Amino acid sequence: MPDLPLADVLAAILALSLAAYVLFGGADFGGGVWDLLASGPRKARQREVIAHAIAPIWEANHVWLILAIVLAFTCFPEVFARLGTVLHIPLSLMLIGIVLRGSAFIFRSYDTEELKAQRRWGRVFAIASLATPVLLGVCIGAVASGRLVPPADGDFVTGFVEPWLTPFALAIGLMTLTIFAFLAAVFLTLETHDPELADDFRRRGLIAGVAVFVAAFAALALAPHGAPLVQRALVSSTWAMPFHLVTGAVAVAVLAALWFRKYRLARIGVGMQVLCIVGGWALAQYPYILPPDLTVTGAAAPDRTLRLALIVLVAGGAILLPSLLYLFRVFKSSPADRVGHGG
Amino acid sequence: MSDLLAARSQMAVSLGFHIIFAVIGIGMPVLMVVAERRWQKTGDPIYLELAKRWAKGTAILFAVGAVSGTVLSFELGLLWPTFMRFAGPIIGMPFSLEGFAFFTEAIFLGVYLYGWDRISRRAHLLAGIMVAVSGVASGIFVVTANAWMNSPTGFDLVGGRAVNVDPIAGMLNPMMFQQTLHMTLAAYAATGIGVAGIHAVLLLIDRENAFHRRALAVAMMVGAPAAALQPLSGHHSGQVVARYQPAKLAAMEAHFRTGPRAPIELGGWPDMDAREVRYAIPIPGGLSILAFSDPDAVVEGLDRFPRADWPNVPIVHFAFQLMVALGTYMAIVALWAGWLAWRRQDHASHRAFLRALSVAAPMGFIAIEAGWTVTEVGRQPWTIYGVLRTADAVTPMPGLIVPFLCFTVLYCFLGLIVVWLLYHQIARSPRPTEWSRRYTPAGASSA
Repeated sequence: MPDLPLADVLAAILALSLAAYVLFGGADFGGGVWDLLASGPRKARQREVIAHAIAPIWEANHVWLILAIVLAFTCFPEVFARLGTVLHIPLSLMLIGIVLRGSAFIFRSYDTEELKAQRRWGRVFAIASLATPVLLGVCIGAVASGRLVPPADGDFVTGFVEPWLTPFALAIGLMTLTIFAFLAAVFLTLETHDPELADDFRRRGLIAGVAVFVAAFAALALAPHGAPLVQRALVSSTWAMPFHLVTGAVAVAVLAALWFRKYRLARIGVGMQVLCIVGGWALAQYPYILPPDLTVTGAAAPDRTLRLALIVLVAGGAILLPSLLYLFRVFKSSPADRVGHGG
Repeated sequence: MSDLLAARSQMAVSLGFHIIFAVIGIGMPVLMVVAERRWQKTGDPIYLELAKRWAKGTAILFAVGAVSGTVLSFELGLLWPTFMRFAGPIIGMPFSLEGFAFFTEAIFLGVYLYGWDRISRRAHLLAGIMVAVSGVASGIFVVTANAWMNSPTGFDLVGGRAVNVDPIAGMLNPMMFQQTLHMTLAAYAATGIGVAGIHAVLLLIDRENAFHRRALAVAMMVGAPAAALQPLSGHHSGQVVARYQPAKLAAMEAHFRTGPRAPIELGGWPDMDAREVRYAIPIPGGLSILAFSDPDAVVEGLDRFPRADWPNVPIVHFAFQLMVALGTYMAIVALWAGWLAWRRQDHASHRAFLRALSVAAPMGFIAIEAGWTVTEVGRQPWTIYGVLRTADAVTPMPGLIVPFLCFTVLYCFLGLIVVWLLYHQIARSPRPTEWSRRYTPAGASSA
């Protein structure tokens, strides 16, 4: 496709890497949520399954966020600069969450001497797992809302707080948290051979799946005022109707698969569901990368930079994908109760 | 504290914290691979124990390095949006490459840590080599971006905007080679000598401990050559700085007056009002020789630059002298180790050598912090040398002291915990029963 603009291709890859972060990194965050909410007679074993599922993989899953950031500042520097300026507060808080969560997890698994210390790390890990997705969602919601304009001189609140502290952005924050929890529950059903444990996660998945619906409807209800541009696209574009039908059908199918204990099917479905949600958001914003004024082509770096970025992505992918497959293969060929991860 | 100073301080704390973990992430995998290879060749279980312990240490430190590195990639935009808007298209490429190298390192570290009893010995060693190679690659890519800030190339400046952007020329900037070489050697020297120094301390207490003897030998194998070569790389760096950043060189040497036969001022304190160095020992012509290999060469002094374009001379001068002094000491210890090896003497029972080595343990890391201070503070008042001033690159966000304090507290807290964990995980001598019980070769459960 010679007439496909480079900027569009890279924006699509940026959206895909965000989707990958939601899918893989999100499941790790969701694991933290279920760690916090572990209960019932198999409480300790639930936590064990979660820790083993996350351990070999969470650092690698982090890379999708880094990829998105690097693509943003290489290919769309204006966007990166403005996000860093206007979203300074939620992004900083999110970073603190990422740092605390990652380190608490690693400290908890190595700090084996004392049970009390382990529990303390567990709490930090769980709380950070809860707060960070909400903040990530708030930032995404703020982008979709089209209020991120360069701050005028002077007022701190109008320039640096009001653009993101909106009911719509908060609703997207909650929706992100529920999606992460849902993903984790679905993936965790496959991380154990014990049908009772799998059933624990199945129940949690069903509840979280319903919560996703509730949060999504809340966000949609707030959208006409909170994110008019995206809302208009989601109502009136030619692709809107088929898109809603497909997303809705996939969401219902995942819940049904969980209900009937078709865990593998549920895992595939939940991946599609995330792709639909992130893809729908990206399509609804197009041609804007950062509404109300920055378009994909308008904010793009020079062509030479874009071309090189694409070459680096392809070459890097050629090394990485086989490595990643190898990692999954090594850990999938073993008792699922000990290691391995969905996706 | 002004917002600009708060932003600079936050960046300094974040980088100063991250650099330690990044360096260990480059050095430790080499140690662990060497130990594993020795185990495979000799069958000595102590080497296996060492490889496993070092891998564990690498995992803890890599995780902290990974999160602090993620923070940094955000902070570039949170604190310096104008810089990133300008520089992103030019130096985004090394950052993208670094992302891939980091990812590869994470993947193979996962394979290494959790794969002891899942993959063949060969594949396992290979995974370790991949960790080491991608670790050094990611360091090189990041330092390449920093070198560009010191000697920006790959664009034309038209009306304050970059046009004719050429990212490859940006990567191959004049400082790239010497800066990446200097940093890579520093990483191996600091980690190798650091680990060897810790075991030297433990050998002074427990002289017959075979575990510490092996550990010291492997760590010196990595650290000593790097420490011995580092002064040569440093000399080359000085010459490149003299050519491309004369103001930085002048601040490093507290060289106020332009002229031939420029002296090196050993020690001393720069008196900024009198524009001279007090209490220093001058070596006449030394700076001219170092910078241009000619005692009569004219070396530009700070008088060639407007006062507003000077970096903070006392800080840069002091940090530079500190780096050189520590590096010299480490190089001497490394040469001593080489001499002992040549004479086939036992390092581990040479008490004077062990004492000298234990003193050197933290030096590499202090020297790295000092050297990083030289390159960063020495570049001021510029973020991109000669192109963009730091004061123009900072975010308009007010109240930056708040995030500065938050992140500082966070980093202090993390630092303390890491030290405590490492002490319990790695440095403590294993009881023989403990390692024979916990690590029977392949097939047993571990990790």
